[in-house]
Amino acid sequence: MQPFQELDYYALDDLLTEEERMVREQVRSFVDERVLPIVAAHWEAGTYPGELNLEMARLGMFGPAIPEQYGGAGLGAVAYGLICQELERGDSGIRSSASVQGSLVMYPIHAYGSEEQKRAWLPRLASGEVIGCFGLTEPDFGSNPGGMRTRCRRSGAEWILDGRKMWITNGTSAGLALVWAKDEQDVVRGFLVEADRKGFSAPETRHKWSFRCSVTSELVLEGVRVPESGRLPEAQGLKAPLSCLTQARYGIAWGAIGAAQACFDEVRNYTLQRQVFDKPLAGFQLTQEKLADMATEITKAQLLAWRLGQLKERGQATPARVSMAKRNNVHMALQIARSARGLLGANGITLEYHTGRHLCNLETVLTYEGTHEIHTLTIGEAVTGIPAYR
Amino acid sequence: MDVIVCVKRVPSTTTRVVIGGDRKSIDPTGVEFLLNPYDEFAVEEALKQRDAAGGGTVTAVSFGTAEAQKELRTVLAMGADAALLLQSAQAPLCDGATTARALADAIRGRKFDLLFFGKQAVDMDQHGVGPAVATLLGVPCISEVVHLEVKDGKVTAHREVEGAHEIVEAPLPCAVTAQKGLNEPRYATLKGIMAAKKKPLDVVDASVGEPLVEIVEMKMPPPRAAGKMVGEGPEAVPALVQLLKHEAKVL
Ligand SMILES: Cc1cc2nc3c(=O)[nH]c(=O)nc-3n(C[C@H](O)[C@H](O)[C@H](O)COP(=O)(O)OP(=O)(O)OC[C@H]3O[C@@H](n4cnc5c(N)ncnc54)[C@H](O)[C@@H]3O)c2cc1C
Repeated sequence: MQPFQELDYYALDDLLTEEERMVREQVRSFVDERVLPIVAAHWEAGTYPGELNLEMARLGMFGPAIPEQYGGAGLGAVAYGLICQELERGDSGIRSSASVQGSLVMYPIHAYGSEEQKRAWLPRLASGEVIGCFGLTEPDFGSNPGGMRTRCRRSGAEWILDGRKMWITNGTSAGLALVWAKDEQDVVRGFLVEADRKGFSAPETRHKWSFRCSVTSELVLEGVRVPESGRLPEAQGLKAPLSCLTQARYGIAWGAIGAAQACFDEVRNYTLQRQVFDKPLAGFQLTQEKLADMATEITKAQLLAWRLGQLKERGQATPARVSMAKRNNVHMALQIARSARGLLGANGITLEYHTGRHLCNLETVLTYEGTHEIHTLTIGEAVTGIPAYR
Repeated sequence: MDVIVCVKRVPSTTTRVVIGGDRKSIDPTGVEFLLNPYDEFAVEEALKQRDAAGGGTVTAVSFGTAEAQKELRTVLAMGADAALLLQSAQAPLCDGATTARALADAIRGRKFDLLFFGKQAVDMDQHGVGPAVATLLGVPCISEVVHLEVKDGKVTAHREVEGAHEIVEAPLPCAVTAQKGLNEPRYATLKGIMAAKKKPLDVVDASVGEPLVEIVEMKMPPPRAAGKMVGEGPEAVPALVQLLKHEAKVL
């Protein structure tokens, strides 16, 4: 196989700091050396390469933006985006592991937790000793999490949780579940639930044809008792879980570029080598139009992501701005994967080539962290002032 | 233990090289540069030896253009304590002896127990800089090392030779050039990258005289000639043997 050649059509490398380039280089070699050689076999078997957790943690990929005193690396937004981009060039599911741990578990503990909770959990999550999961979606409430039915009620010094969560990344392998539930006044609250608490179980969801090397689970909570010290004190209302999603979506906007680059690189090499009607497939106008579209869309996506990173570093990456980059970039990656799959012909349906795996994975990325349609509505609301969700 | 490790910024081996307008160097546009892969083994060994000795410093030195600060920063991120760039716009055009002189002039007068190099830089493939610096400094040099032990003021090193290992000893201070297999180089951790910003990276101008060897011209290798079909099946074997003997002269 040819070594990966990144598309940088507009010399966007010039926009990165030396430190950001170094971060990208390290994660890129990690993906080349540790992820790509094993990922297809895991994907086919439907298993997560658990051994990568400790290696990713050692490199600092779990919660890299968390301050150093809690075990993070204190990295900037662009560097964090580049980590997601490089990991997702490997596999969306593996990038997801790092996103969930960092953006959906460590971020809320850091933002909404007590000092004791931060000290107790963040270093163990950063080191990979504990894997976390984020339980918001329910069987009947995905795009509209505000309708959730999972309940929490106070009983002396404890809270009692009842309900079901669905489609939870890392659920079965997590030692710590962050569960969102409504109290008797319908206020959404967040709880740190250790997986060994009585009444908690996390059966794995099988038979997926997407995210096959990522664990997806149901969370079942039957009268689970959590002490008051396990409640995130600063999280009140739906804004709290939604703010976590804004963090994760930011990473996904970058991650999608990685998946698109992987497909583009593969299909460019393939069409240069593949001979049809006595010349390289890349030499036909129909092919060149496809490749030109891919290169253009990747370049536009890179610019969106980079600018969003700048805004984030200034505290100006509003949810509506993040929506635009998530929506555009994931959609462009999916279109590229589909188009590349076609150019690979029959080879494109095998796992010998990465494109088919990315294509299947990206169908999840289109749906989770806010579906494509929901982000359309968010942008629509931002430009008209009229919410059209219901 | 004080260790100096010499490193070079080189184009990534996956780069599709394009010759520049001067016909004497490659066109750097769009080329990804990184730490010479053999230097990664050298850096890893330097860090390991420092840590095994329970203290000391690792200083990375590079003779290169201003851009080579990125590779030095990477070495700092991996765990080195300080870095020194001998800056010269001429560096990429310099031959091994000129490079070695620039490095030796900077290292002379500094205290070191071990001096590491990669066995070769993958751009020019000259294999000469490590032994030449050692010679100029008057210290022993063991090249292409795959295993290294330091004890009681001396080093024991395994060198890869045709089909066997040669085991050699030398007193400290000593120079070593690293071969693949010496160790498993670490990744720079993200924390290491953040910490590297605060470590000293000195830049000094390196004046070098006229290079001893001049690059006159670079040329791309000729495109591979089309293959030749000798025939099919066992009947083709005698003709193939004849051609391998008399035309390709490999039998
Ligand atoms: C592999 C995987 C991992 C996941 N990991 C997690 C996790 O770790 N934690 C977690 O909490 N969740 C997770 N999810 C859940 C994910 O966030 C939800 O699936 C997503 O929010 C969509 O919800 P839904 O599946 O219920 O679809 P629905 O909300 O039922 O949507 C179905 C369709 O209707 C459309 N739609 C909905 N509302 C509107 C509207 N107002 N106007 C127009 N169209 C509309 C949607 O866009 C979509 O096309 C994961 C999902 C997958 C597939």
